[in-house]
Amino acid sequence: MLSKIVRTVSNQLIVFILIFGLYIIMHGHITPGGGFQGGAVIASGVVMLLVAFGSSDIKKALRERRLSVLESSGALIFIGVAFAGIGTVFFYNFLVGTPIFGEIPPIGSNSGNVWTGGVIPLMNLSVGLKVLAGLSAIVLAMALFSSGEEMEE
Amino acid sequence: MRQIIGWFALITLVTFLISGALLMHPFGYPPSDMDDYIIANSQAETGSNNVVAAVVFDYRGLDTLGEATVLFAAVSGVLLLLRATKKEGDKT
Amino acid sequence: MMAYIPSNIPFVAAAALIGVALFIIIFRRNLIKIVMGIAIMSSGVNLFIVALGYRAGGIAPIYTEAPEGPMALPVVQALILTNIVIGVCVIALMLVMVMHTFRHMGDIDAKKSRLLRR
Repeated sequence: MLSKIVRTVSNQLIVFILIFGLYIIMHGHITPGGGFQGGAVIASGVVMLLVAFGSSDIKKALRERRLSVLESSGALIFIGVAFAGIGTVFFYNFLVGTPIFGEIPPIGSNSGNVWTGGVIPLMNLSVGLKVLAGLSAIVLAMALFSSGEEMEE
Repeated sequence: MRQIIGWFALITLVTFLISGALLMHPFGYPPSDMDDYIIANSQAETGSNNVVAAVVFDYRGLDTLGEATVLFAAVSGVLLLLRATKKEGDKT
Repeated sequence: MMAYIPSNIPFVAAAALIGVALFIIIFRRNLIKIVMGIAIMSSGVNLFIVALGYRAGGIAPIYTEAPEGPMALPVVQALILTNIVIGVCVIALMLVMVMHTFRHMGDIDAKKSRLLRR
């Protein structure tokens, strides 16, 4: 556990890191970025909290069961969206043309519109959940192993 | 003995790598037939402005499914190996 | 062949990275240094693959507020996105095995920590 200044500043900074990571995940079909990059940004924010507070405090807040539920729900949403277009092929983009996410942008250079993209924003969200839960679980398990205690069941 | 084999293997492989890098096509003019089709038709077919996201999740979605499986296998492997040990003896 | 040297510098740089990583993997005995060598080799291969897809005077393959110019190839960039994540997973598993070796043997020298030959 580091000094009081580091703990206070990292408490304030984690909110901005979370918002920045969610912005990169959700605008993955307009700007550079997407699911993998946004998940890595949020996982690095969790690593910052782990360095500032020590591993036993973080183990009480992020139990292994919650991270496992997040990662599994990300994988299940990904497979569910892939199976929903099974009428034509396996990964068919069935939301292009429907009013949910399916407007078509003008051809050529334009300013982006969030409600385009078809099935791509849903897959970005699910892959972002999977990457953030997976990388946080790996780093938390390694920190607990090297400090003596073990990860509970 | 191990040093001689090591140096021989290293010099052979580095020679092949650098001569292969010098004999490639000129940097900046790649052959691109598939990518011309994808750049021209991705806004009408998938409806997204980001062509790389359309390729990762729409034109090549099965590769992303395989990579999500690798990520899941790695996370479960790490959490399996770093599990609590019993009091006496150790895992073998 | 000598006329290609000023223009093919990115390919030669990727080959030099892979050569340095091969030297580390063959000639160093500390297990953490070997894992670092594998990570450097992964970076060199990713750099080589993404340098294959550049067009002279090209812009990023994104249509939002895009300037004038030909677009770089997008399929190559999609390949290395997947490759980087798989590299991170493999390095994490290797580091867990190094931690276990240190806890059971007490030493991370590649010549002294061989279980079957003790």
